[in-house]
Amino acid sequence: MSEIYTRMGDGSRVVTTRSKVIDDLNLGSADAADMGVIKALSSDLIEQLADIICDKNRVVGVEPGHEVVLTYDIGQLDFTGDNGNSGNGIDMGRLEAALLHERAMGADTFELAHADYSIKPVKPVISNEMQTMEEIQNEIVAPFFYGAMPNMGLYYKPDGPYGNPADLMREFKIEEAMDQAEKASEHMARDIEFVSTRIMSAGSDGFNFDTTGSAGDADVVGTFKGVEKLRKACPDADILLGMAGECVMGIHGSIEYDGKVVAGLFPHQQVKLAEKAGADVFGPVVNTNTGKSLAWNLGRAVTFVRECGKVAKIPIHVNMGMGVGGIPMCETAPIDAVTRCSKAMVEVAGVDGV
Amino acid sequence: MGDPCGMAIPHLMASGLGGIRTSGDLVARMQFNKNMKIKDARKYVAKKLGVSDFEIGDEYIMRQLREELKIGVITGLPNAPRGIAAKMNIEDLLGIKINSCEKFRQMIAKR
Repeated sequence: MSEIYTRMGDGSRVVTTRSKVIDDLNLGSADAADMGVIKALSSDLIEQLADIICDKNRVVGVEPGHEVVLTYDIGQLDFTGDNGNSGNGIDMGRLEAALLHERAMGADTFELAHADYSIKPVKPVISNEMQTMEEIQNEIVAPFFYGAMPNMGLYYKPDGPYGNPADLMREFKIEEAMDQAEKASEHMARDIEFVSTRIMSAGSDGFNFDTTGSAGDADVVGTFKGVEKLRKACPDADILLGMAGECVMGIHGSIEYDGKVVAGLFPHQQVKLAEKAGADVFGPVVNTNTGKSLAWNLGRAVTFVRECGKVAKIPIHVNMGMGVGGIPMCETAPIDAVTRCSKAMVEVAGVDGV
Repeated sequence: MGDPCGMAIPHLMASGLGGIRTSGDLVARMQFNKNMKIKDARKYVAKKLGVSDFEIGDEYIMRQLREELKIGVITGLPNAPRGIAAKMNIEDLLGIKINSCEKFRQMIAKR
């Protein structure tokens, strides 16, 4: 049997066989099915994924006519950011970065971002952000959003006013930890309303809530409530809501949205609450396991995302950066792995965008 | 996602519509504006452009069509609308309202 060059979840190259690829695809899919209580991929779909992974070409792509829409996170920080964002470290203006993405890099949409890419630090510089949004909207043609992470971690001590649940739980102050998470969640929802409505008044097409739930279940609830406020104030705003992981972490444990406990929800359940909150497009996330193969991770990610797309009434733009959507977790992403995952998500998971 | 050469460009090559190279911006607007899934959004845009669903992803066809419709092209073309002017033409083409155009109309003095 011929050898196949593929990748591990950390990006390193390994040699394998088609039968081993199929085994790993099945195991990854079974893991997702077990965790999410959803259907594993059929043997036909596993074969289709195996064809994509085992393709001998370095770069693969969808058939003409099957292209989808691309949305982005971190805005211009891919050029200007440091190594923490896999950024190029090139100092440049945000107008230039936006137009480069539109006219030189084929971006279907793009976004403006603060260097800290979080809701909280945008508040003191909101006028600056509004002014830049107005300036770029005058020049750009493609839909241009504002992007930021809700990032509720910034509301806890030592960065914010509320007690840190992780510290409080270590001291067995469980009820206090839950109370502080709820207060931080409400505070963040107010800040989302403040920032997002002002950005919309500057002509933004909409708002990208990126990495929702990075601080757990109260972060998710606070973001949903913030989205509700934005939707109420700006009914026509384009709202993209992307998640931080495939399973909502239960840092609080019992906080609810729309009568449902959000801790432990998987993408096909998350999307229903995102729809309720008022999102236009949902971005499911499936994290990569660096110790498993590309096939295992892709089989697992496609299983979760396909189920999410099946139940969703709104379009699905799957998150496919470093370490999500089957893509290896490494700073300089291998092009063979990225294009395989991209094609697989479009043709097998059936996503509406990436 | 940083590393544009490892992320944005490979995704464009593998599965992206190509933005204003073709019709990606228009399809995106229908996804966000009307919550259309990809097949419906592509069909809607194709009908408005008067081309097939297959052709809206073709750079050769769309370059000429975008210039004729004055909805923005990727090359530096003197006298071709871009920015707000191009987006106002997109509003008419797709039958939607675009927030930046609305703000622009609110800002200009009435004559």
